Formats: sequence, C-alpha cells, structure tokens
Amino acid sequence: MSRTIVMTTPAPPRTVHVEHCMGTVFSIDIRDPGPWAEAIAAVTAWLHRVDAVFSTYRADSDISRLQRQEMTIQDADPLVPEVLDLCQRMAAETDGFFSAYWDGQLDPTGLVKGWAIERASRLLSEHGSHHHAVNGGGDVQTVGEPAPGKSWRIGIADPLHRDHILSVVTGRGIAVATSGVAERGKHIVDPHTRRPADELASVTVVGEFLTSVDCYATAAFAMGAGALPWLEALPGHEALVVSSSGTSRSTSGLRL
Amino acid sequence: MRRAVFAILSTIAGLVLLLTFKTQNPTTPALTAPPAAISPSTSTSTGSSSSGSSGSSGSSSSGTKTLTGTAADTRYGPVQVQITVSNGKVTAATSPQYPSNDPRDDEINSYAIPELNQEATAAQSAQIDTISGATYTSEGYITSLQSALDQAGLS
Repeated sequence: MSRTIVMTTPAPPRTVHVEHCMGTVFSIDIRDPGPWAEAIAAVTAWLHRVDAVFSTYRADSDISRLQRQEMTIQDADPLVPEVLDLCQRMAAETDGFFSAYWDGQLDPTGLVKGWAIERASRLLSEHGSHHHAVNGGGDVQTVGEPAPGKSWRIGIADPLHRDHILSVVTGRGIAVATSGVAERGKHIVDPHTRRPADELASVTVVGEFLTSVDCYATAAFAMGAGALPWLEALPGHEALVVSSSGTSRSTSGLRL
Repeated sequence: MRRAVFAILSTIAGLVLLLTFKTQNPTTPALTAPPAAISPSTSTSTGSSSSGSSGSSGSSSSGTKTLTGTAADTRYGPVQVQITVSNGKVTAATSPQYPSNDPRDDEINSYAIPELNQEATAAQSAQIDTISGATYTSEGYITSLQSALDQAGLS
C-alpha cells in the first residue's frame, strides 16, 4: 500500500506519504512547498533497500545470509559494516545494554529502523526540504518546524492505558523514540542477565538524532530501575520513563 | 549545532481503544487487509474501492471532507478509521472496519467507537502532529488514525 496526498490549501503546505515497509508503517510528512515526488521516491527506495538488506524475516537478506554463514561481512552490502560499526558504538555507549546480538546471533534490528528513519530524513533534506517529520512505527525524526513559528507536537502513547496519550513532547528538529514491553517483535531482554526486562512499561527518549535516541530508549528499557539515572546523565537527551506500575518520571530537562 | 528545545505537556487526549477488544481467536472479517507486519508497499494495494484497504479521500463539499485511513491489521483483525473534517476540524470519527466476528465485539465496539469519536476530536484539539510509542497491538490502530489525520492535512 502506498499513497501520496498533496494538500495545498490552506497554508502551510503539506505533503504526506505513507509507506508500508519493514513490518511497520512509515509516515513522511513534508511541510515545505512541493513538489516532492522525486524526494519521496528516493526515500521509499531507501527504506525498501534497508529492508532487503537487513530484514531477518527475509531468507535472502544479507543479514539472514550472514546468520546462516552463507556470506561474509566483506561480501555483504556496504550498509552492513556501517550498521555494525554503529551497533558497536551504541553497545559501548550503553554499557552493553544495547546489543546487536540475539542468542549469540547477529541481529542489528534494534538499530536499523531508527537509523533508516534518520537517513530518510537526511535524504529529504538533501532534496531541499527544511521542514518535515518521518515517523516509522512510532519513532520520529523531525527537521525544522511544522509551520512557521510552531513546534512539532509529538504525542506519547500511554503504554498502560493505550486509549490515551500520556503527554505531548514539543520541539523543533527533535527525534523521539519509545521502547516498551508490547513493542512489535521481540521483547526487550537484558543482555547481561538474558532475562526479559519487565520493570518498565516504556521509555521515551528525546534528542536530536534518531539513531542514538532509539538505541538509548531500547538500552534504558533493558536497564529497568537504572534507566532514569542513566538517562539523566546522558548529555543532550531527555526522557520520560513509565514504570510497570504506571508511575511516570522524567529527566529534569522535561517539564511534566 | 542546533540546540533542540524540549517541552512536555500533559494532555488527556487519547487515540487508541483497540486493547479493549478481548476476543479470543478472532477470524478475519470479509475485508482482508494485507498484514501490516509483512506487506510490501507496492504489490498489495487494493485501490480505493469502498471495500478496499487503501486509504482514500472521500467526499468533499462546502469545507467538509470525509477521509478514510488505511486499514491496519491487528491481531484482532483489520481496523480502519474514518474521520470527517469540517473547516479544518475533526467533527466525527468512526471505524468502518473493525473485528466483528463475535457478539462481544459488537458490544465492545459500540462503546469503543463513540469513545474513539471523542478521542480523535481531543487529539485534534491537542494538535498532535505525530505519535511516538507504537506497540504491536495498538500500532495498527494508531497508524490508521494517523493515516487519516495525515490525509486531513490538519494544522
């Protein structure tokens, strides 16, 4: 399913494209005057390329072939070593709480989506967009502002009462990612204890670049009770942590 | 380097009701949306027929538009949201496609939809641009409403 809708009136201009890819939905929301068909085509081609290379659900992806040891990293798509380097960096920055290995097997899925969204946003910028948001399954990279003088307003879904939005994060050029127990796919496991992380219901991290924001959210979720102090010490980022019992706490830079 | 400025505002706006569906082992209703989890974007479009799963703009007259979101698959079956926009504001939201194979579903949906109506309007009044925090059971729903809001082009 794929569609593009262009809205010209009333101002400000807005072009929205929705793309199904990687087992989720990507919403590309451009707030500069168009046309954007070429840029959107570049972004969707990018997302599908990432899926073809990294999907663990596709037997013919580079990652699946690496897992089966039918391929070496040297022979893989050049995106693979790039992502594995990033994974290594994120593992180091998160005291190993972010890991690109699942049951000892290579699986960089936890990094790929956020990275792909950040790069999709950069592609839009390279095509001349100064104001847009790219949302992939609830992880968001924004650039600029939604309308002159306005901040992006990003609703944070309440992990325990999913019929509610817990809060709204506002900002310009921000990235927001949320990790939680019910997130699609695998549950988050503490790589140190190898047990499912269950102290928290969700962790939302706000920063500037989605690749790291998303990895920090995943890592902090796995930290459980240690998440908030760790997030508080993280420069350039703010966070909202919801415990399994429903208590919301935020880092000091966020006004609740 | 840009300095990102954050603020967080409490709101009670809500969007998602799907987790209130508690049926076991539902079968898929007549409309078969491709599973959101695995569908490629290009090969499974069902167009904009009235029973299709692709989103489409509906009627438009005197500033009132009806917009239908993409049907999103959930483990309870496909869910789709339709909103009516009058002069830039959401005035109604309904769910033309939702799991209904069980009488209990109807009972649940009968209160869920009026609530959705209210919540979608609340979300609009909160002027939310996009949502973070997708979960695998509610993601489809959020996506669907977001899709409808995207189409509405609300500011």
